[in-house]
Amino acid sequence: MKGNPYLFAAYAVTWIIHIAYISTIVARYSRLKREIAELKKK
Amino acid sequence: MKKAFPILGVLTAILLVYALYQALVVAPTEQTMGAVQRIFYYHVPSAWTAFLLFFINFGSSVYYLIKRCATADIVALVCAEVGVVFCTVVLITGPIWARPVWGIWWTWDMRLTSTLVLWLIYVSYLFLRRFSSGGQTPLLAAALAVLGALCVPFVYFSIWFFRTQHPQPVMGGGGSIDPRMMHALLINWLAFSCFAFLVCWSRYRLEKLSREVDEAHAMQSLLDPGGRAL
Repeated sequence: MKGNPYLFAAYAVTWIIHIAYISTIVARYSRLKREIAELKKK
Repeated sequence: MKKAFPILGVLTAILLVYALYQALVVAPTEQTMGAVQRIFYYHVPSAWTAFLLFFINFGSSVYYLIKRCATADIVALVCAEVGVVFCTVVLITGPIWARPVWGIWWTWDMRLTSTLVLWLIYVSYLFLRRFSSGGQTPLLAAALAVLGALCVPFVYFSIWFFRTQHPQPVMGGGGSIDPRMMHALLINWLAFSCFAFLVCWSRYRLEKLSREVDEAHAMQSLLDPGGRAL
C-alpha cells in the first residue's frame, strides 16, 4: 500500500516521543528517591 | 489512590491497543490519500489532547493568579509540559503526513505557523519555569500561560479565517466523515486523553515530591550537624 513508510514513521515517532518523555519522568523519580535516601541518612 | 494507578494504567494500555486496531484495521482506507491518511488517527487526537491540556493550564494559571494556590501552580506546570509533548507529536506527524499528500514537508501557512508559535510559547513557559529561580517565577509563568492560551483558539479557528493548505476541521467544518472513521478518531482521542491523564498524574506526584525534597534540603541547610538551629 502506497504511503505505508510514512504511516509507520508517524506512529513510531509518536511512541518514541512519549516513551522518551516517560523515561525522563522515571529518571527524575529515581534521582529523587536517591536524594530522599541520602536525606534520611543524615 | 496509589492502587488505582496500575489499574488505570492497564485499562489505558488496553484502550490504546484497541484504538490502534481501530485506526489500522477497522477504519476504512481513504480513497484519495490511501493508507497514509491513517496518520489522522494519531495527529488529530494528539492536537485535541494538547489543546485540552493547554486549556487546563490556562484555568490553573488563572486560579493561581487569584488564589496563589501551590497545587494550581503544579497542575499548570504539569499540563504545560505534557501539552508540549503532545504538541511536538502534532508538529512531527503533520509534516510526515504532508510530504506524501502535499509533496512538501512544511509550508508557512496560518495553521502550521500558528501551531509552531503556540509550541514555542509553551516551550518558553517551560524554560521560564526551569531556569528562573526567583520567588516571582510562578506568577510570571501564570501570566505567560494566560497569554499563551489566547493563541489556542487562534490556532483552531485559523483554518476558518484564513485560506490555508491545511484541511478543514473534522467537527464543525461542514464536511462529512465515514462513521467508522469518526469512531476510530474518537476512540483514539479517548485513549490518548486517558494516557495524558496518567502521565500528568505521574508528573504531578514527581513535582510534589521534588518540592518536598527541596524544602527538606532548605531545612537541613538551616540546621547544624547536631540538629540545632543556627
